[in-house]
Amino acid sequence: MALWNAVASRLARHRSWTAGVGSSRAMSSWWHSVEPAPKDPILGVTEAFLADPSPDKVNVGVGAYRDDNGKPVVLECVREAERRIAGSMNMEYLPMGGSVKMVEETLKLAYGDNSEFIKDKRVAAVQALSGTGACRLFAEFQKRFRPESQIYIPVPTWSNHHNIWRDAQVPQRTYHYYHAESRGLDFASLMDDVKNAPSGSFFLLHACAHNPTGVDPSEEQWREISQQFKAKGHFALFDMAYQGFASGDPERDAKSIRIFLEDGHSIGIAQSYAKNMGLYGQRVGCLSVLCEDEKQAVAVKSQLQMIARPMYSNPPVHGALIVSTILGDPELKQLWLKEVKGMADRIIGMRTALRENLENLGSSLSWKHITEQIGMFCYSGMTPEQVDRLTKEFHIYMTRNGRISMAGVTTGNVRYLANAIHVVTEST
Amino acid sequence: MASDSVFAAVVRAPEDPILGVTVAYNKDTSPNKLNLGVGAYRTEEGKPLVLNVVRRAEQILVNDESRVKEYLGITGLADFNKLSAKLILGADSPAIQDNRVTTVQCLSGTGSLRVGAEFLARHYHEHTIYIPNPTWGNHPKIFNLAGLSVKTYRYYDPATKGLDFQGLLEDLGAAPSGAIVLLHACAHNPTGVDPTLEQWEQIRQLIRSKQLLPFFDSAYQGFASGSLDADAESVRMFVADGGECLAAQSYAKNMGLYGERVGALSIVCKAADVASRVESQLKLVIRPMYSNPPIHGASIVAAILKDSEMYREWTVELKAMADRILSMRQQLFEALSARGTPGDWSHIIKQIGMFTFTGLNSEQVAFMTKEYHIYMTSDGRISMAGLSSRTVPHLADAIHAAVTCST
Repeated sequence: MALWNAVASRLARHRSWTAGVGSSRAMSSWWHSVEPAPKDPILGVTEAFLADPSPDKVNVGVGAYRDDNGKPVVLECVREAERRIAGSMNMEYLPMGGSVKMVEETLKLAYGDNSEFIKDKRVAAVQALSGTGACRLFAEFQKRFRPESQIYIPVPTWSNHHNIWRDAQVPQRTYHYYHAESRGLDFASLMDDVKNAPSGSFFLLHACAHNPTGVDPSEEQWREISQQFKAKGHFALFDMAYQGFASGDPERDAKSIRIFLEDGHSIGIAQSYAKNMGLYGQRVGCLSVLCEDEKQAVAVKSQLQMIARPMYSNPPVHGALIVSTILGDPELKQLWLKEVKGMADRIIGMRTALRENLENLGSSLSWKHITEQIGMFCYSGMTPEQVDRLTKEFHIYMTRNGRISMAGVTTGNVRYLANAIHVVTEST
Repeated sequence: MASDSVFAAVVRAPEDPILGVTVAYNKDTSPNKLNLGVGAYRTEEGKPLVLNVVRRAEQILVNDESRVKEYLGITGLADFNKLSAKLILGADSPAIQDNRVTTVQCLSGTGSLRVGAEFLARHYHEHTIYIPNPTWGNHPKIFNLAGLSVKTYRYYDPATKGLDFQGLLEDLGAAPSGAIVLLHACAHNPTGVDPTLEQWEQIRQLIRSKQLLPFFDSAYQGFASGSLDADAESVRMFVADGGECLAAQSYAKNMGLYGERVGALSIVCKAADVASRVESQLKLVIRPMYSNPPIHGASIVAAILKDSEMYREWTVELKAMADRILSMRQQLFEALSARGTPGDWSHIIKQIGMFTFTGLNSEQVAFMTKEYHIYMTSDGRISMAGLSSRTVPHLADAIHAAVTCST
């Protein structure tokens, strides 16, 4: 009886809530003036692709690796690492700075296995939410400790770079990078911009496999850039999202960074394992800042943690465990290096195939940039209108800046793709 | 010039008051040390716990060769989002049925609060949030950095070690119309003091009459009373009246997924098209922060929530954790009574959830750390989850000494 009374009175109370004083049925929404946001230009492409029912559809939009069957790949070394991890670890919070082991291995990749900077403990480093998270931590750090500074961003760049520094409220400037006519590097203008920027400016550099153009400075050009940076006392933040993916050799792909380190720069590096370890959705990366000494590195790291704490407290453990398991085991690391080279080689093979197909179709345009550019992306030079035609008429999906994700090209679709590109560009 | 760091002037930040406790604990070499700092569940043996059902879900994921690690969409795993909304709002929630709820996967409770706060700072007309005094140490930082200004409302009454209900009503009553109000859905952190259902109803009426915007932090659903539904009553009460609110959910404690960073932000809106537009704006907050959320933890949660047998197993394991904590409360209370420790310690068994607000001051806490190697936050909060039958006597001794040796 007591139980029934309790239930009945509870129900009565519940009914009274919906009709009681202060019921907000009559109010309009707080959000009636919220505008629908524009779709993300990159991620929106995949959304559109998924919605397309055509059997011929091709997704060369987002930069996620596909094998020659167009399927996403989980690396063998990752599968093995996961097998070892499952069931054996706990899921406790990582420290705010993330997995110490994972960060250690990650720094070796960027700074070199025997880096004096690592030995001298001069690198402030924290695990970050892939490349995006690493860039955002740096941008917030820059805003907090160098509030008068701006960030120089190349034209073009990954579109989210602009969002990141804007949300961190760091003013942006641009520097010349891509040369449309040659579909290569506008080196002279780049150097002019570096020279003309106020001394001590902050620059964002793509370490290798520039996104979206695939155009990288040569080694000689990197040396000149480094010298000019020295002369002007500029700060270099390297965004390295494709180490290993560009040439197939991680050491080679870190060359730009090593040159700057040799020349004495104190740099920052945002690293990502999304592509080179295929850990996309795990969100694993690292932000590091090279400091004058260990004391300063400790200070900087502590401040980076203060930025992470009110954003997400501490980073996710699973992806970090995969990385440290692989890189900490010599056999697994070797397997990884082999698999990365395999991915890079397939992409290089597709570049060759796409260019050859276009040339064989009798295109009057030059397509040599396809094989001269490097990394996951090819900046085709197509206009937004031509891209729209590719999508509408051929169900081929890419970002409207004409960027082709070569990872989405396969022996099965390269001819179809070449033909479509030829058709929409042959009138130019 | 190139070797001068541009960050030479950066000074070392103070340790995070909560996470810094574990750092200090780890450095201590005493065999008697006890970590009652961060709210992470421990077994009777003092070990972290991975739930059996979580291990099962993990194995399923690992063995499924077809699983890939592609990017999730910006809003995360769709299944996870739907199931999370149902978990907090109730499976039969009319708001869900009307498509008026947008739910986005975020990085645990912290990430959900931050994304929600950033959205409010951009799209809501009032930029002040009222938080209870006291609250989790990270709350004010989250809201400040998101661009909101933070005010407090009275909550804890040190005299009764219970709720300062009059003070709460007065302070929220004096808030400007439209202000945001942070509410702990259950198991208030750090005090363990929750309003009764009757008090929640009064709070709801006041909030709705002043058109204040409720923002729930639900980090302990199921952990407080042992019942998932009971622990969500406060939130459901507000949704039932047809009004709007925000809710941040965490699976860190109730599924033991701490380091996987799994959580969800739900915004309950008046209409479906509003919810859709709100979701599109949430994406713009998330993309420049971390692009898309981590897949692993959310996959585990979804696997468990969608399978009725695993869900049931989860509720059993969850209740066991909640029961062990209740038992620790009882044991500590009895141990202090047995020692004749001066003061009224009944709040230990009246408060609810993972934490007890002991009422000890920072000097007493420092004493306990120094002399008894007890690690806790300086506000006197202890995590009951860090206790075991074996260690309760040591803690009781320490409290007794701290209270009786006060200079």
